[in-house]
Amino acid sequence: MGYQLDFGSLAQYLSLFLRGTAVTLGLTAVAASLGIALSIAGAATARGGLAWARKLVAAYVELIRNTPFIVQMFFVFFGLPSLGLRLTAIEAAVLAMTVNLTAYAIEIVRAGIEAVARGQREAGLALGIRPREVFVLIVLPQALANVYPALVSQIVITMLESAVVSQIAVTDLTHMGDLIQSRNFRAFETYLVVTAIYLALAVLMRRLLARFGRRLVAGRAA
Amino acid sequence: MISFTLWDLARNLLLAARWTLLLSAIAFLGGGIGGLLLLVLRYSGRAPVKRAVALYIELLQGTPLLMQLFLVFFGLPLLGIDVSPLLAAAVSLTLYASAYLGEIWRGCVDAVPRGQWDASASLGMRYFTQLRDVILPQAMRIALPPTVGFLVQLVKSTALASIVGFNELTKTGEILTNATFQPFLIYGLVAAIYFAICYPLTFFARALERRLGLAG
Repeated sequence: MGYQLDFGSLAQYLSLFLRGTAVTLGLTAVAASLGIALSIAGAATARGGLAWARKLVAAYVELIRNTPFIVQMFFVFFGLPSLGLRLTAIEAAVLAMTVNLTAYAIEIVRAGIEAVARGQREAGLALGIRPREVFVLIVLPQALANVYPALVSQIVITMLESAVVSQIAVTDLTHMGDLIQSRNFRAFETYLVVTAIYLALAVLMRRLLARFGRRLVAGRAA
Repeated sequence: MISFTLWDLARNLLLAARWTLLLSAIAFLGGGIGGLLLLVLRYSGRAPVKRAVALYIELLQGTPLLMQLFLVFFGLPLLGIDVSPLLAAAVSLTLYASAYLGEIWRGCVDAVPRGQWDASASLGMRYFTQLRDVILPQAMRIALPPTVGFLVQLVKSTALASIVGFNELTKTGEILTNATFQPFLIYGLVAAIYFAICYPLTFFARALERRLGLAG
């Protein structure tokens, strides 16, 4: 016997692969934008907020980092409706991805803030700049420049983990793979192609973000 | 309709958590052996071997674990191997863990000062002796916190085994949800059990890191 691999039957599904890729990228882009913005607020709170707010952020970070993403997503999609919050699959996926990414990014951004020399803040305050502006204009850009590579890795991890959203029927890349292999009965070949697309996305995202981000961040911090 | 008390649900989930622990243990042991093998290949091998190891790690870290799981689950039968969900999950999580541990440990070996290699070489030690008696004991101290940290990631990753139908904690949560229509409660309990497994590990990793920081 011996199994003959056959990729020919996949060409006709090109548009499905492309649509799935677009959904995966779209989800990642939204979750990354929201997640980074929220994590800056979270890290600022964790550093200088009121005691109860600091505790709240710490509890949130621990809770999310010590439970699996798929369980968080099931909780959002299946569990929250009983509190009256009924979300579509896409909304639930974006919410779960954002909540997850934010927890990891808070730790990263916080480490970045801690790595900025104290003198930067003190010099800013000594010049009479308001504390809020010292944080936004002086400390934060340097903090983000410090940890930019770690943030990029975390965004790529979020993109790869988003394969799980196919389980609540979001039509992402993995879901398209499920659909295609149920039609052509070539599960291995189909998932091999899907895996290759994910790999290409991961490599491209890392390269593009490293180049694009370096200019963006260095331009403001240096 | 059968009604479930809270205790019924909790007991069933706790029993299922044993499978999560078992799968984590298998993957950690298998991945540890694999990671050590990668480490040795990387430091003793020739250029093509090193490149192959780097490619292996890049492939496993650059693709979703779910796809790796599917490829094992659908690929092994093509080779004539009958795969159960447990086997597929154990194999893919072992490969996944080996790549991560190999990479983590490489960083730790690199963190041992270069002078240790030179000094032990000047004492006439062979490569294997250097590694075993000088480098690895020092690297292991550095490696402990991130290794425990990775164990947390691995425990969480076993949840994906539910997707190929392995009856661990998450899958049992799904089954109970379908039977009782109480997703909020049940996924809350599932998350709490994962938290109870992972948080002590996170705490331990952090304590180790702090101690290492004070000592170093």
